[in-house]
Amino acid sequence: MASVSIRKLGVSFGSLSVLRDLDLEVAEGEFIVLLGPSGCGKSTLLNAVAGLLDIDAGQVWIGGKNVTWEEPKDRGIGMVFQSYALYPRMTAEGNLTFGLRVAGVAKDEIARRVVRTAELLQIGPLLKRRPAELSGGQRQRVAIGRALVREAGVFLFDEPLSNLDAKLRTELRVELKKLHMTLGSTMIYVTHDQIEALTLADRVAVMHQGVIQQLAAPKEIYQRPVNRFVAGFVGSPAMNFISGELVVDSAPALRTQDGTTIPLSGYPFAEQSASGRQVVLGVRPEQIHFDAHAQAAAALPLKLTLVEPMGADSLLWGTIGEEQVSVRVGPDETHEHGEKIKVHFQPAAASIFDAKTGERL
Amino acid sequence: MSTVVSGADMRAAGAKPREDARRDAEGPKPERLSPGRIGIYAFLVVSALFFLIPLYIMVVTSLKTMPEIRLGHLFNLPSEVSLQPWIDAWLHACTGRDCFGLSPGFMNSVKITVPSVILSILIGSINGYALSFWRYKGANLLFGILLFGAFVPYQVVIYPLIIGFRVMGIYSTMTCIIIVHTIFGMPILTLLYRNFYAGLPIELFKAARVDGAGFWKTFFYVMVPMSVPITIVAIIIQVTGIWNDFLFGIIFSGRPNWPMTVQLNNIVNTTTGVREYNVNMAATILTAAVPLVIYFVSGRWFVRGIAAGAVKG
Repeated sequence: MASVSIRKLGVSFGSLSVLRDLDLEVAEGEFIVLLGPSGCGKSTLLNAVAGLLDIDAGQVWIGGKNVTWEEPKDRGIGMVFQSYALYPRMTAEGNLTFGLRVAGVAKDEIARRVVRTAELLQIGPLLKRRPAELSGGQRQRVAIGRALVREAGVFLFDEPLSNLDAKLRTELRVELKKLHMTLGSTMIYVTHDQIEALTLADRVAVMHQGVIQQLAAPKEIYQRPVNRFVAGFVGSPAMNFISGELVVDSAPALRTQDGTTIPLSGYPFAEQSASGRQVVLGVRPEQIHFDAHAQAAAALPLKLTLVEPMGADSLLWGTIGEEQVSVRVGPDETHEHGEKIKVHFQPAAASIFDAKTGERL
Repeated sequence: MSTVVSGADMRAAGAKPREDARRDAEGPKPERLSPGRIGIYAFLVVSALFFLIPLYIMVVTSLKTMPEIRLGHLFNLPSEVSLQPWIDAWLHACTGRDCFGLSPGFMNSVKITVPSVILSILIGSINGYALSFWRYKGANLLFGILLFGAFVPYQVVIYPLIIGFRVMGIYSTMTCIIIVHTIFGMPILTLLYRNFYAGLPIELFKAARVDGAGFWKTFFYVMVPMSVPITIVAIIIQVTGIWNDFLFGIIFSGRPNWPMTVQLNNIVNTTTGVREYNVNMAATILTAAVPLVIYFVSGRWFVRGIAAGAVKG
């Protein structure tokens, strides 16, 4: 177990600056997920922690030790890659033990660790097989095993489940979570899959354009995104955005371009805003409720354009004014295309962002 | 109504096409011998004959006695098969003053080829590995210069090389010719291995680094075991190239080390005495035998290796 501290990290490829002045503190035993779209720098950050690329500025500390210029093997890390990266000409056991053999670990110690790892990951029967004779899920287990036998303080995962099919991904995700609870090791996990991020992480770092946009617990990320990017990136289907002008009379409200007024009373504004400020209201699909006998004031007219039954629930697509919105309803609700219904939501649970800066108000 | 009718029509009519289809499936394959096919086979046969007729003439001539050859029936099979020309070619044919046949040349060629092939492949693969995984400063420039080497005409560098080796005191030695072959094999082998390694996932290399394997351990334990297909291609290219080499052999190896090709030339081009066509033919076939065998044995691997870029570990 070890903490990881990234201080003022800067990485660039040629003239392209990927990370600049990045700080991140990971506590001992914490599971941190770096979440972001392709090219946001999350893998670069992980590789920098692993020592697999040259950094331009800043420091990396692992376990209270400055490892900025240490070789990957001396950093006390184990790493799992997206493409498994198993050595194809070695058996699973050979893959597990390669690092230990290179480091000159005693034979009985190697054997002890292999037995322990195989037990933990249930790969005992696979040890004599070559990677080509393993299925995708088995390969990834062996790859995880290769990281575990190092008995390092920090485990780094670079999109480890992305190459697996959906069912296996769910299975291995649960196993990874259990593994973390068993081992209690520090883990840094890179993914673009928000479900993985929200389910696995103690804290999620949402990254965009080389900057950590928000670092918080999954629930906080989901419920109180700090800016429009985080709000739009996390959540599926995506958060509904309705832009308009803020009206602050007796009670705050949003006036959309076509004149619809949406009441916002109860929203915890961080600061006082004047009327006329251009803002974007963000409401998650499940926060909008269908409301037959609407309390007239808060109800919004929604014109349905599409109904998507998804099994566990249904998704209604429609328009409020000119903005397209989606509403998640129970599977038993029956609606038809073209129907006009009334909906409402709790402003206190919504998010409001400045239209220009995208920051949460 | 109309839809129902047409549906019934379809069903009624459907019986016939289905029968036709079954008959087609059972019948002969369509158009086995179209004019196009005949053309293709004709071309292939002519091409094969074009290359095989000289070989045929070589083989039959090498098995004839000199009196029979003098009759001039080039295509006739030997009336009396004689292996004496082959024995002469291997053991007794004269190159200049020495009359030991091709066997010393064969041994020389082996002594030149084996170390040259091993050395050049070793260096080429290390080059390729370093260039594709250890992207140090100037790697691309170095690679560019190396590739440029592949396009320099040999004649341009021969004289400077002679002077250089003379200064070093190793001109006209076995060492000298091996160094020359190793150097000239480097550009193509580096290119071959670099492209092969560039096709491997970079994560494999990263995994080895995290496992603590350095430059050499990654190379020998991870990369070399994966390089079998491309190495077979490299062996074929190098063995064939070095075995068939004449120019470097005659210039750099020195008289006692002359490879088989040079000695073959000396046997065939002897100006004194009778021209022993049967011995010459046998000697030529013997010299060409090694690359031929290599091709026959490893042709399958050769194709595999060429396609190996598409194979993922």
